[in-house]
Amino acid sequence: MIQREKVYKYIFAGLAFTSLIFLIGITIVLFKEGLPMFKEVGLFEFLGGKYWYPTYEPPDFGILPLILGSFLVTLGALFICVPLGVGSALYINEIATGRQKTILKPLIEILAGIPSIVYGFFGMVVVAPFLQELLGLPVGQTAFTGSLMLGIMATPTVCSISEDALSFVPKSFRYASFATGANRWQTLTKVIIPSAGSGISTAIILGMSRAVGETMTVLMVTGGAAVIPHSIFQPVRTMTATIAAEMGETVLGSNHYHALFAIGLILFLITLIFNIIAELISRRFRIKLGLGR
Amino acid sequence: MAENIRIEVKDVNFYYGKKSALQNVSMDIKKNKITAIIGPSGCGKSTLIRLFNRMNELIPNTRLEGRINLDGKNIYSSKIDVVEVRRRIGMVFQKPNPFPKSIFENVAYGLRVNGIKERKYIAAKVEKSLKNAAIWEEVKDRLSDNALGLSGGQQQRLCIARALAVEPEVLLMDEPCSALDPTSTRKIEELILDLKKKYTIVIVTHNMQQAARIADYTAFFMLGDLIEYDVTDKIFTRPSKKVTEDYITGRFG
Repeated sequence: MIQREKVYKYIFAGLAFTSLIFLIGITIVLFKEGLPMFKEVGLFEFLGGKYWYPTYEPPDFGILPLILGSFLVTLGALFICVPLGVGSALYINEIATGRQKTILKPLIEILAGIPSIVYGFFGMVVVAPFLQELLGLPVGQTAFTGSLMLGIMATPTVCSISEDALSFVPKSFRYASFATGANRWQTLTKVIIPSAGSGISTAIILGMSRAVGETMTVLMVTGGAAVIPHSIFQPVRTMTATIAAEMGETVLGSNHYHALFAIGLILFLITLIFNIIAELISRRFRIKLGLGR
Repeated sequence: MAENIRIEVKDVNFYYGKKSALQNVSMDIKKNKITAIIGPSGCGKSTLIRLFNRMNELIPNTRLEGRINLDGKNIYSSKIDVVEVRRRIGMVFQKPNPFPKSIFENVAYGLRVNGIKERKYIAAKVEKSLKNAAIWEEVKDRLSDNALGLSGGQQQRLCIARALAVEPEVLLMDEPCSALDPTSTRKIEELILDLKKKYTIVIVTHNMQQAARIADYTAFFMLGDLIEYDVTDKIFTRPSKKVTEDYITGRFG
């Protein structure tokens, strides 16, 4: 019997550690394939270079336009997913009746289940032409279109994690607040939101990390111009879209190939930092509310 | 109506959905006295005091019949502002529930939500409330520390200070010592006896010795009925009903 328990223990331990093996493997490959790039081009030249012409002779490997593209699209997405996500979480948690809650929550979560290619397709065929017409732009595929689509895609993440954070706020805080004569609005803004504040921040950072890493949709709707953007209504190219678009055409082991891996490495580090920050904040949140680690 | 009555409960029935929690309860709560409400679990004692500051309204699907008057005015009248009722009738809960804010901000909260902005006034009021709640000496040097760092007994006294800051007339206490150790319990009991000079106190308790020690009047509830309500001494020495005697002598409950 004891022998059997041991076997179970090892099986589950093995399963649990599998993801760790993948993480380590991916990290090793990213570094191994990405680092050679920096022998050709210095790190600062790579990050700060204004031109991305990997197939020219001589090639230019400057990813600043791509970083700015990603940054612009993500920032725009934040302006959409934060009000939408946090707002719906507040509504679901605080105002919605039981029935509205049972309809709204799954509906928002379905948004998360739509494949990104479908978002991309929808963005390309419906949203981009619509925005082009509406705003009188030369092209409809712009950073703004990408932000809009990514914002909608990240909304379920932000909403669902914020909603969890709000529902973790002990009921007793609410009672205490009402009992001192606070109204609903005061209770919400002075007690509930501050108590859930770091949980909501976690939600926003995770939503952001989702937006930075998203590939298919941005590839389809942002126009793909690897130039430094001057406005959100211009076509841009993000880091992810670059890798996806170019990896198929590069020669294995070439400088271009290593450059794409180096972009992947930088993306990986960015999302890693986001996730670490999110984890630190949510840990603080759980300690603050006395929920343990 | 007699001068010394603060809260009048008249023919109150209360329902959670279809389930009746209180039946035909009528009682008067006297001014500047401590009234204890005792009875076995589920007898409706917490429900009753939560009616006094309209906290039961936060639970959906509840229904109240009858009247509850504060100083002669029905607190459930549509002309009465619920915020005003809750300001005049403070409450301390079973488990200490300070906000995850500083000690100072916890006490200042009630003042701020009631629209008071003047800093000096708030600071003076916070100090006075903490003194009244007998916790000032322990926290005066760390008012900006998070309240969750205090011990359970300190947290409960902080919650009392928070309730006192808005100058209520009545203080409702829902088993305020049930989560505390004997030393903290003794401190809170001393505090309650002291607060009686200024406030009318209604305390729900599971602990009959506690009721006997501090209450002027005691009401015994069972299954939503008010069985007996009298001067505490009489309830504990010469109860007029057999079931009261059985309960206080520990034959059930």
